Amino acid sequence: MKALMFGWEFPPHILGGLGTASYGLTRGMWECGDMDITFVIPKPYGDEDRSFARIIGTSQVPVAWRQVDREYVDARIGKLMSPELYFALRDHIYADFNYMRTNDLGCIEFSGRYPDNLLEEINNYSITAGVIARTLDFDIIHSHDWLTYPAGIHAKQVTGKPLVVHVHATEYDRSRGKPNPTVYGIERDGMTHADHIITVSNLTRQTVIDHYGIDPSKVTTVHNAVVPLDAELLAIPNPRQTKEKVVTFLGRITMQKGPEYFVEAAAKVLRNCSNVRFVMAGSGDMMDKMIMLAAERGIADRFHFPGFQKGKQVYEMLKASDVYIMPSVSEPFGISPLEAMQMGVPSIISKQSGCAEILTNVIKTDYWDIDAMADAIHSIISYPAMYKQLREDGLAEVARITWDKAGQKVIDIYNKVLGR
Amino acid sequence: MKAICFNFEIHQPFRLKRYRFFDIGKDHYYYDDFLNDDIMERIARNSYIPAAETLLRMIESNEGRFRCSIAMSGIAFEQFEQYAPEFIDVLKRLADTGCVEFVAQPYAYSLASLNDPEEFAAQMGDTRSLLRNRFGVETKVARNTELIYCDDLAPQLVELGFNGVLTEGAKHILGWKSPNYVYTAASAPSLKMLLRNGKLSDDIAFRFTDTSWPEFPLTADKYIDWIASTPAEEQIVNIFLNMETFGDMQPATSGIFAFLEALPRFAAERGIEFVTPSEAIARLKPVGELSVMHPISGADEARDISAWLGNRLQNEAFEKLYSVAERVRQSQNRALKQDWLRLQTCDHFFYMSTKRKADGIAHSMFSPYETPFAAFTNYMNVLADFLMRVQEEYPEQVGNEELNSLLLTIANQGQEIEALNKELMAMRKNAEQYNIEHRLREANAEKTPKATKTAKTPKATKAPKEKAAKTETPAAEPKKRGRKPKAAKAE
Repeated sequence: MKALMFGWEFPPHILGGLGTASYGLTRGMWECGDMDITFVIPKPYGDEDRSFARIIGTSQVPVAWRQVDREYVDARIGKLMSPELYFALRDHIYADFNYMRTNDLGCIEFSGRYPDNLLEEINNYSITAGVIARTLDFDIIHSHDWLTYPAGIHAKQVTGKPLVVHVHATEYDRSRGKPNPTVYGIERDGMTHADHIITVSNLTRQTVIDHYGIDPSKVTTVHNAVVPLDAELLAIPNPRQTKEKVVTFLGRITMQKGPEYFVEAAAKVLRNCSNVRFVMAGSGDMMDKMIMLAAERGIADRFHFPGFQKGKQVYEMLKASDVYIMPSVSEPFGISPLEAMQMGVPSIISKQSGCAEILTNVIKTDYWDIDAMADAIHSIISYPAMYKQLREDGLAEVARITWDKAGQKVIDIYNKVLGR
Repeated sequence: MKAICFNFEIHQPFRLKRYRFFDIGKDHYYYDDFLNDDIMERIARNSYIPAAETLLRMIESNEGRFRCSIAMSGIAFEQFEQYAPEFIDVLKRLADTGCVEFVAQPYAYSLASLNDPEEFAAQMGDTRSLLRNRFGVETKVARNTELIYCDDLAPQLVELGFNGVLTEGAKHILGWKSPNYVYTAASAPSLKMLLRNGKLSDDIAFRFTDTSWPEFPLTADKYIDWIASTPAEEQIVNIFLNMETFGDMQPATSGIFAFLEALPRFAAERGIEFVTPSEAIARLKPVGELSVMHPISGADEARDISAWLGNRLQNEAFEKLYSVAERVRQSQNRALKQDWLRLQTCDHFFYMSTKRKADGIAHSMFSPYETPFAAFTNYMNVLADFLMRVQEEYPEQVGNEELNSLLLTIANQGQEIEALNKELMAMRKNAEQYNIEHRLREANAEKTPKATKTAKTPKATKAPKEKAAKTETPAAEPKKRGRKPKAAKAE
């Protein structure tokens, strides 16, 4: 089966969970066998893993004719796209986009991130999608997250092939009930044009049904999973020198992740215990506010803010931790607790997160229940049996949560949509 | 003649309230009174009282031919006293009929038998005292918590004066053998074993309202027919159930009470009797012995102790609890001893189990906690406070033996001081007596002065020193004289 996937992030140049999930799911589907996948992203860097999917960058898709020869193309973008593909795409340009800002190869520049002119980039993305759709042969279209819905819709209109839309997060959720009308409009558009909708958790599925007015039979939950760690990461030694316990929060420091509840719980724990330290790793719009809050509670000497952790640093940080905490106010899924469990770190997650639906060997609390959170932290750091139990059973549990299972579910949905 | 031996288990734990780690050291009351009150009142009303009254009716209408046994934990009894005292009255009436044997089980429904023989013996003794004082009954049949049994237990029970034990007819012990016989314990042949018939017991306890069960609906005559159809050599069928099966687990609307009440009639038609455990043991000959190396129980699929001590959490909590057993026994603090019993109840460990599937459902059905981790955290917080209280009384630095000898010394010294005090008192009394008598003598001596003077002079010439001594102590003289005749009298 041939699938055309539209995405925005791809490892190693990721900004959040979307990239990790895209990679994992695509790979999982490829492992199930008999899948030919093309994955489109705005700006590939050339160091992506191309072993299981063909990667096409929209920055390399021409939308205006340029008279260039093979050698020139090869020199310019040879590492990212084969010249044959470039010429094939050039043959399928469907309108004159010279009025747009295009480069020497007739392509539009993309940032690959979330710039201020995001809506403009989304629109440009859908233009390139039109060229791609006319060039390639595929059975089904799969759009990851709202940024690529317009592209998916365009591809469906051009080819008539069915569209599957993958909801990794909703604007309704992100904005806590007051969505941006434009973004909401794009999301709903994508959902109504789709032949089927996949959500990453039952929580998200319910939001789609209740707040976007979608028929429940059109929505299926396929929970995310986690890629097994390679030996190099597992072999990271514990960098910590002290005997003190470390409680870690690792994620974007923004309202949705509930950082203030973590600070309050930490204050409660520190009132009764002394040999523990708290770490809030990551960056975000609420970082300064949290630093102030920690100072206000008088725990600034035991509360640390190391900043954004890149790549391997994430795993080093996890290795040094005794407890991982994710007090998200609303989390569509949340892959990071799974990564923590892989490193053998007992985790505390909020009941309002999608991953709580599939995990049993974690402690679950309501995000606002600071007492329960503090009690759980105290339990893990004070009672060795609790630490060991969660660590070992957690490792076993997360080893069973693999992407091939999710991949198979997606393939089953494809078959259903295609009527096979 | 075949016989059915019923045993009804009555137990409810003192459930703990939500106890956070910052309560440790501040709050010494651990129990959720509201929840326990609610549950006890509900179960007593729906199940225990109607069931007990049904048994009374069965006894009365069958003129004593219906007989059975009950096992009640002291923990449950204490809760009845607080929340449902009317049930105790019904139990007393059952005891007075003489047709119901109350078997003895550990007071706290605890796992003490697995770890602490002294504690186990103490709890069995407490139960026997309870039965004697409040119900006026005695028994020689024992039943351990959730039918736990192993070879090590048998000699202990014999030593405590029991001649019979109720336990589970576990398949992995019986093998091809049937539970419908009396056996003896391999490690203590004078102890007879009655084994629960799991299939017939669970038919009532679990499958009675299961519409997917092929034998649904279960009627009394069908049930008795099954029992009657067992091989002729099988003389005893042991049906051990929780009493809350009747009315709580299987609601009254299912007809469970009517089922129970109808059993004696159909049993009589087929010539099947009802016996108490003691009667079964006295009447039937054991067909062989059973050896149980590793503990068995009536809980979970595995029928072993993994329901309570299957994972790390449970084991750590268990070890921590029993690490202070000796100190608590030495303590005189009543509140401490009461909490000690209540914290031992096996249910606390049951809630910490992380088993899945069918076992997991059974565990979570009874648990007031959302997850086993919450159960563990809550219990350990409570235990931390309890241990702190024990520590305050008897600090950890002092070893158990040292503590024992110190306490012994203190006790001995106490006795010595008492004895010395008595002696002192006696001597004081003596001294007083002498003083009184001397004054009387003095008074007599003054009445006869001449006799005393002639007596004086010969003494003076003989011993000038003595004279000097006498003149030195003129006050002493009359006393001395007074004494001489007295001494003569004494002689």
